[in-house]
Order: sequence, then C-alpha cells, then structure tokens
Amino acid sequence: MDIVICGVGGQGVVLASNVLATAALLEGFDVKASEVHGMAQRGGSVLSQVRIGEKVYSPMIPKKSAHIVLSFEEMEVLRYLDLCRDGATAIVNRERIIPLSVELGETKYPEGIDNFLKERNCHYISVNGIENLKQKNFPPKTLNIYLLSVASNHIPLKEEHFLKAIELSVPTKTIDVNKQVFLYGRTF
Amino acid sequence: MEKALLSGNEAVALGAYEAGVHVVTGYPGTPSSEIIPALIPYKEVNIEWSVNEKVALEVAMGASFCGARSLVTMKHVGVNVAADPLMTLSYTGVKGGLVLVSADDPDCNSSQNEQDNRHYARFAKIPMLEPSDSQEARDFTKEAFRISEKYQTPVMLRITTRICHTKTQVVFDKKRDEKAVEGFKKDPSCFVMIPSYARKKHAHVEERHIQLIEESESSRLNVIEKGEKPVGIITSGVSYQYVKEAADSEWIFKLGFSYPLPEKKLRDFAAKMEKVYVVEELDPFLEEELIYLGIDVVRRSAKFYLGELSTEKTIEILEKRFPKEQETILPLPHAPSRPPVLCKGCAHRSVFSVLKKMDYIVTGDIGCYTLATLPPLSALDTCVCMGAGVGHAQGFFKAKKDQRTVAVIGDSTFIHSGIAPLINAVYNKNQLTVVILDNRTTAMTGGQPHPGVDYTVRGEKTTALDFEALGRALKLDTVRVVDSYNLEEVEESLMEAEQAKGVSLIVARRACVLLKKREKI
Repeated sequence: MDIVICGVGGQGVVLASNVLATAALLEGFDVKASEVHGMAQRGGSVLSQVRIGEKVYSPMIPKKSAHIVLSFEEMEVLRYLDLCRDGATAIVNRERIIPLSVELGETKYPEGIDNFLKERNCHYISVNGIENLKQKNFPPKTLNIYLLSVASNHIPLKEEHFLKAIELSVPTKTIDVNKQVFLYGRTF
Repeated sequence: MEKALLSGNEAVALGAYEAGVHVVTGYPGTPSSEIIPALIPYKEVNIEWSVNEKVALEVAMGASFCGARSLVTMKHVGVNVAADPLMTLSYTGVKGGLVLVSADDPDCNSSQNEQDNRHYARFAKIPMLEPSDSQEARDFTKEAFRISEKYQTPVMLRITTRICHTKTQVVFDKKRDEKAVEGFKKDPSCFVMIPSYARKKHAHVEERHIQLIEESESSRLNVIEKGEKPVGIITSGVSYQYVKEAADSEWIFKLGFSYPLPEKKLRDFAAKMEKVYVVEELDPFLEEELIYLGIDVVRRSAKFYLGELSTEKTIEILEKRFPKEQETILPLPHAPSRPPVLCKGCAHRSVFSVLKKMDYIVTGDIGCYTLATLPPLSALDTCVCMGAGVGHAQGFFKAKKDQRTVAVIGDSTFIHSGIAPLINAVYNKNQLTVVILDNRTTAMTGGQPHPGVDYTVRGEKTTALDFEALGRALKLDTVRVVDSYNLEEVEESLMEAEQAKGVSLIVARRACVLLKKREKI
C-alpha cells in the first residue's frame, strides 16, 4: 500500500509519516518512509511517501500507484495526483495556506478542487481539521495526528499499533493528548 | 537483536558506533546533517561540528594516525573543500579505520549542484561502498571500517538523499567492537609526504588498488541475483531499488562495493548475457568503468545524467514498456509553486530590504540568505559556494571600481570560509564591505552550533569567536555591530562603510527565529 502525505512546512507531515511507518513496522510489514528535508521549515511544500508491503523496494512511489493521498493543505493535493491510482482515496484538510505568488497577486489559488477530485474518480473525503479539533478543545498542534487518524480508517493496520507508534514517536509530554486525538479521529 | 525504523543517516551513526568509532567530525550540510546528532547519546564517542569539511577531515585523519577509528561526514560539495587532504590521505593511509561519508544530493534538493562524488573514489584511488537502504547503511559502515583497517586506506561511504532521508527497518545488536587507541608512533616515511616519501607511497597506492580489486571480487557486498533470460542489469546504491521495481526476469548484479570494481566477476557475468544494461543515478560512472573493462553495455542516453533516478526512468533505461495506465496522465489544474522563503519574522529579511533600497550589487553564497534571491526580496546577485561572495565582491571591485557592491555571508559560513578572503581584501587593498548576517546558528541545515556561539554539539560551554575583535585584529577600516531589525542603523552602517572606501565589516546580529522556538521547547 502506497500513501502520500503532503502539506506545507511546519504542519507536521514528517511526524505523521513516522507514526504511520512505525505502525506498519509493528504490524510486521516492510516499510519505507521517504521525505526531503532541508527546506521544510521555510514554508515550502513538504512531501512524505510511505510504502508498506511484504517487501518494499523503491523509496519513491511510482506514478499511478498510491492508494491514499492525505493532504494537510487544500491545494497541495494537486501536486501529487499523478502518483495516485484510479479510485484512490483523497483526504483533504480544508485549510488554505496562501503561497507568496498568490499573496503578491501573480497567480490565483486554485478553486473547485472538490469537483476536480470527484471528476478524477477519487474517493474524496473533506476534513475540517482545525474546526473539529476546536470543538473538542484539542490543541491545533495535534492536527497532524488527527488527520492521520482520519486516514487510518482507510489503512488496514490495527488501532493498537497506531497508538503504540504514537507513544514511540511524539514527545513524552504530548503522548496522552495525541492518543486522545487519534481515537477522536477514528470516529470521523 | 533489536529492530528499529531508521533513516540512512541514523543507520550510519549506529553502524559507526557498533564498529567502535572513537572520533566523529563533520560540517553540517543537507542531506548529511543528521549523522553527528544521532551520536550524541553515545558518550564514548568524541564528536564535533568542525569549522569546515577540510578541518573535519584533518581532525579525523589525526585521530586515525593515532590508531583511533574515525568517521567524517559531509555533503557532496563538502568533499570539494576536503579534497586537498583527501588526495594525500590516500597516500599516507590510515592507522585506525577512517570512513568518509559523502552524502550526495541528486536533483539539487538543497544544493548548488548535483555533482556525482563517485568520481572522488576513483580520483583518490580509495575504495567506495554504496548502501541501498538503512540496513545496508548500518552494515556497510561496519564493513567500511573493516576494509579501512585491513588495507590501511580511507574508505568512502557514498550515500544519497533517498538513502539519507528514507526510514527503513534496521536489525542490529548494538554490540560495540571496542579497540584501545595505541597513540601516535613516529613514522615520517608514512606521515610526512615530502616528494621522496610521496613517490614511494604512490607506488604503494597502486599496489593497494590491485589488492582492493581482489577484495571487491570476493566481497559479499557484490551480489548476483539470478534471472530467467540472458539479460543483465548492473547497478549500485539506491538505483538497485528502482531496478527491483522495473525488472522482471533479468539477472541483476548489485554492486555494494562499487569501487574498485570486481573485474573478473563482472566479465564472467557479462559473458553469459546477450545484453547488459547499467542503471545508475547521475554520471555514467559504472558505464565508463565497464566499457574500459571491455564489457559491452547498452549506453544510457545523456538525458539520464540529470536529476534523480526513479522507477519510471529505470523502465525507460531498460527499454521496457510502461504499464498501460501510466501512459495517459490527465492534465491537472495549476497549483502555484511554494518555494521556500526566509521565515516570517526573520530579522535578516530587513537587511536585504535595505540593501535593495540602496541599490547595491549583493554577492552571496550558501545558507538561508540564498533564499533572498527570489521575489519579493530579489536581492542576491551571486551564489556559487561557501564563502564565495566575499571573493566575488573583490573581483567586482578589481574589474570595475565604480560598482557598488556588498558581500553578505552567514555567521557559520563566514567562519567556514569567509575569513581568508577578508584577509585577502586587506592585503590587496580591495575595497570591500562584508555584512555578516549573524543569526547565531547554522540555520539552513537545522540549527547546528558553530564556533561563533558559546556551546558545542553536546551543549557544553565553550569559547565563542568574537567577530568584532577579529575585525579589529585584521585592522579593518570600520567594524560595526548592528541590530538586523533596526533598518536605520543597518542603512547608516552601510553608508559609513561605503564612505570609508576601505575594508569594512558589519555584523548584523539577530538570532534565528527558529532557534528561539526550539529553545522554548
């Protein structure tokens, strides 16, 4: 199973992909989680590719292979649709982080992403992450674990392995809140 | 046995620990920067962030001459800086095992070029190992130390972005192969490379090379995977993974010990094949070597010399057909690009806005401030390598005296290679204004400390280099420290420097906003 997790620097994409990869490892699968560092903290696009299977070779997902794309930001999903197979599940957080070129009025933020994903035959799931967290008084910093949790409903790995992976991946002080957030996302 | 999900960089650190490494040095550079921090928990390993890659290698060499096992880490372009000692280290050889990690960056994810450092192994006549995942990164690091000590040669471990920054499963025992350090024993014919000794040592390098070919022939790192049809694929490093996706019934020759090549084994392999492909990333390094060995291989198109390899490109190199679906890819609505920018709240943005307003030519180099090249700042005019801007500005002055030029450089980069060109300006009376954008850290690579701050990689207190005192010692015409946030002060200091018509240093100081954020955590 190939999963694309994308977003913008600072949204916690890399941590979410670590949790997913660790959960897959705990379940006994081979896994590769690949991301490009370096520019991540400077507001650039961030892409993490997680590949899970009996045996995984290429660290990068070949075109038209991904089963799931989880986008932490609305338009970022567009960059990686070429990696998705027909009927892939696209989980998109309804948050817009406006790129500089749009702020400067040089280009426009793409509209109609919903329709476009449906036309592309994606199983489209829209999530209002920050709003949902606010309703339950969870801190906005847990957005990455929440979105991963929503996606986990479509990933055949055991809940206990995700929870254990959270324990192993997040700072000790935040284990409990992240676990609660994960369980909340499972009800989405 | 333990099991963990590790990046290639973490796995190299683990392998080095297990191999009994004593001394680890390096200079931060993507994608190599996480190796040294991964060794912080191991108190028995002496680690440092060195001032630059040349010094890092020289410290590691010194330790090795005393019998200590040492590891030195850098990005591909860092090896250019360390190339001077490296070429002669090949002659002196080593006592304690010495492994040089070259972390290459195909596709320039975070680099000024995508040079292929496999050429350095051939250039320096030293063995090279290329792992293809984190397990191999750990295993090959240990093997590199073994080979290094057996043949008393430095060994290059060449990794690339997708190895460094991909997490894969690693099985390990964490058993450390401890070795006592015997200390330096004088042996000028070995360590003092005067011409008469160097000539003898060169002959030794050539003999060693023959022995290393034998080692490569029998190395368990060079593996043949059986196929069904007489078509062979020769590959190494991460390229192997793409081959595994793209190949079906071909034979695969996977080179883990990729320089020098196992010549006989490769000839025998090729003799059994009707066709032999070479799958490699960037330059036709293996291809050239194989052709030199008289092996008839399918020549790769030069378009594949660029950028990162992928499964798709490998399918094309192997002259296979794409799975049907992949041929029709629908057009996507345009998503505006999101280039990295100087952080919101970064004080050094203001310095660039002043430089732009005052209409200077701005020479620069490598670091966060390279991001000032793109709009909206559009304020940087040159970037080639670490420290280059300070030299460029002097060339601008020599070429045409009325060009108003300012060189900008980061604090870590200034210490890395900005001081020598500053001395050059004083001595040669080259008019020059240097602005150190002093954010108190090596920000671009993740905030590593450097000799301008008062703590080490392990957080121990140390003596910080005083830029102002250095400027005074160099007898510069003006030395000013300003607050990067204070636009008036920055502007005034630049005017003062311009009027001085000599060599001026402005230290524009404000800590990195990310550093403050991290300190809060």
